[in-house]
Amino acid sequence: MRRWLAVLPVAAFILLAGYFGYALRPDHDPHELPSALLDREMPAFALPGLTAANLKGQVMLVNIFASWCAPCRVEHPLLMRLAKDEKAPLYGIAYKDKDADNARFLAELGNPFIGIGYDRDGRVGIDFGVYGVPETYLIDRDGRIRQRWVGPLTPARVTREVLPLLRQLQAK
Amino acid sequence: MRTIAVLLMLLWAGVSNAVEPSERLADPALEARARVVSQTLRCLVCQNESIDESNADLARDLRRLLRERIAAGDSDDAVRQFMVTRYGNFVLLRPPVMASTWVLWFGAPIALLGVIAGLLIVRRRPAAPPPALTAQEQARLATLLDQPE
Repeated sequence: MRRWLAVLPVAAFILLAGYFGYALRPDHDPHELPSALLDREMPAFALPGLTAANLKGQVMLVNIFASWCAPCRVEHPLLMRLAKDEKAPLYGIAYKDKDADNARFLAELGNPFIGIGYDRDGRVGIDFGVYGVPETYLIDRDGRIRQRWVGPLTPARVTREVLPLLRQLQAK
Repeated sequence: MRTIAVLLMLLWAGVSNAVEPSERLADPALEARARVVSQTLRCLVCQNESIDESNADLARDLRRLLRERIAAGDSDDAVRQFMVTRYGNFVLLRPPVMASTWVLWFGAPIALLGVIAGLLIVRRRPAAPPPALTAQEQARLATLLDQPE
């Protein structure tokens, strides 16, 4: 009984150290939150340029971006490739951006979006639960949010997470 | 005098907030409610500040939105629910008690009780008497004791 008690602190230490090690794994960002709207219908928004009603009935990606957002600039070539090479249906929501700045951004880097909604005051962003652009939402045929990625998409994330889920939903 | 000044400054440091004058509601009662509610909501950009304290853009937008809802007649809980449906329970600085937060709420007190119980049990039990000395040890003890100082 006494022996067993002596092992207890060591076991507790190993357990905790293991958990902390796991939480510090390199591809994990603890600031990243799952969407509160997961598997729920996307907000019924009506923005200049894009409304939720336009989007019903297809599987698609909605990317929330802004010309003032540096990571968006980093992410952009990947979005171009997604639209061109993978034929991913990609829509954009310009979050708290000036229309002219946004147009310049897309003229410079290319426009991968089928349609763009202009969320000038960021209210629709809040309805989506946006807290850090860029964010990318995967929406199914019924208009439900199936996945949300916070921060710039990376090639690894696209091949490992985005494309498989997109294809799976498209095949249904 | 200087001590008092420093103490006063420290006192004020605690109540600093990010609410700008233009954001405030005209009705002081509603504004007071808005302040209280906004102190319970997390800024998702900084994640360890309330939207009342945070200077982040999103926090400002959420403060405005919250004041709009309160001015439109929403109850405090309705405003909180409005935020939770968009940002999840994480937006509440005080997590609700539910199955997934039991460990958070009760883990530490239960662990403390466990340790206290364990200590009491160990204390209560009389320590086992040490085993008797072997004949060899007896002899060695005798020689040690017999040695002159």
